Amino acid sequence: MTERSRKRLFAVSGTVLFGLFSYAALNLPAWGDYRGPYGNFISNLAVYERHATDTVNAINYDYRGFDTLGEEFILFTAVVGVMMLLRRERGTRTKPLSQSGKLQDQPTLGVAVRATNIPAMILTIIFGFYIGLHGQLTPGGGFQAGVILASALFFIYLAENTDAFQRLTSHTAVEVIESVGAGAYALIGLAPLCFGLPLLTNALPLGKTGDIFSSGNIALISATVGVEVTAAFLLVMYTYLQEIITGEIPDD
Amino acid sequence: MMMVIGTGILLLLAVAGARVVTTRDTTEQVITLGFYGLLTALMFFFFQAPDVALSQITVGAVALPLMIMLAISRMRVRDALKKKGQEHD
Repeated sequence: MTERSRKRLFAVSGTVLFGLFSYAALNLPAWGDYRGPYGNFISNLAVYERHATDTVNAINYDYRGFDTLGEEFILFTAVVGVMMLLRRERGTRTKPLSQSGKLQDQPTLGVAVRATNIPAMILTIIFGFYIGLHGQLTPGGGFQAGVILASALFFIYLAENTDAFQRLTSHTAVEVIESVGAGAYALIGLAPLCFGLPLLTNALPLGKTGDIFSSGNIALISATVGVEVTAAFLLVMYTYLQEIITGEIPDD
Repeated sequence: MMMVIGTGILLLLAVAGARVVTTRDTTEQVITLGFYGLLTALMFFFFQAPDVALSQITVGAVALPLMIMLAISRMRVRDALKKKGQEHD
């Protein structure tokens, strides 16, 4: 296809799409108008029923907790998939570090940058824990805390080098922590079955609304999700870095 | 007023999205993608989804660009190794 016919094709399909899009946009609900009854219903009910002021997490980890369980295992499976794809089999020819040229692992950042990295990392970790522990009270929760905590360790990679990052994440412990995080959610869900209650029943004491340890299951599940997500992100990063530093030598 | 800000953010997103696609250099693409991720977080925040905005900031502006960056550097190393191998032959 020549450049000109391609542009012509784009002009025609672009005009049609723009027309249809404008037609659809004109029929949208008014700005800020909310028509679903479910949202209003549940935001009136969640504080009373579950003592959780963050309705989003009350839905995620309680009312629709089963969906989130599935989502968490999607992340778990994805990480396992990445690790399996990039695993080293015995006998794979890998390149020695010196061959990687530009990727020579030496800190090139100035002392000032490296020094500011440490407070930044500490702040990020505190923020991550805050977000994770207040999941049932304010926006945030396990998943958000997990990605924030994982990115706190990326500061080490930025300030030091890949070596320092790998020393922290190369342990089997990270894998175990990931599995424990994912498994704990499933166990919390299964536990009520032993007492003849439905799956993922919020049977823990609900506590006082506004406390860190309130809303029963929601806070607990949020914490396990946080653990799982942190480990998952670190494992993916570690596997990627490992692939770059000791990648396979291309055949031919 | 809210509608003006909202429309502004959406327009900005459209421009930034088009810019990501039209950027040719891969390294520059990572930067534009990170900026696009931050804008998306701003949009989520404006449309009253602060929890989604929180994860979008870290995933869209830190994790995703970082992974693409790593993939690019991996490809560069491979190309360099290939070139080196050809020189020896």
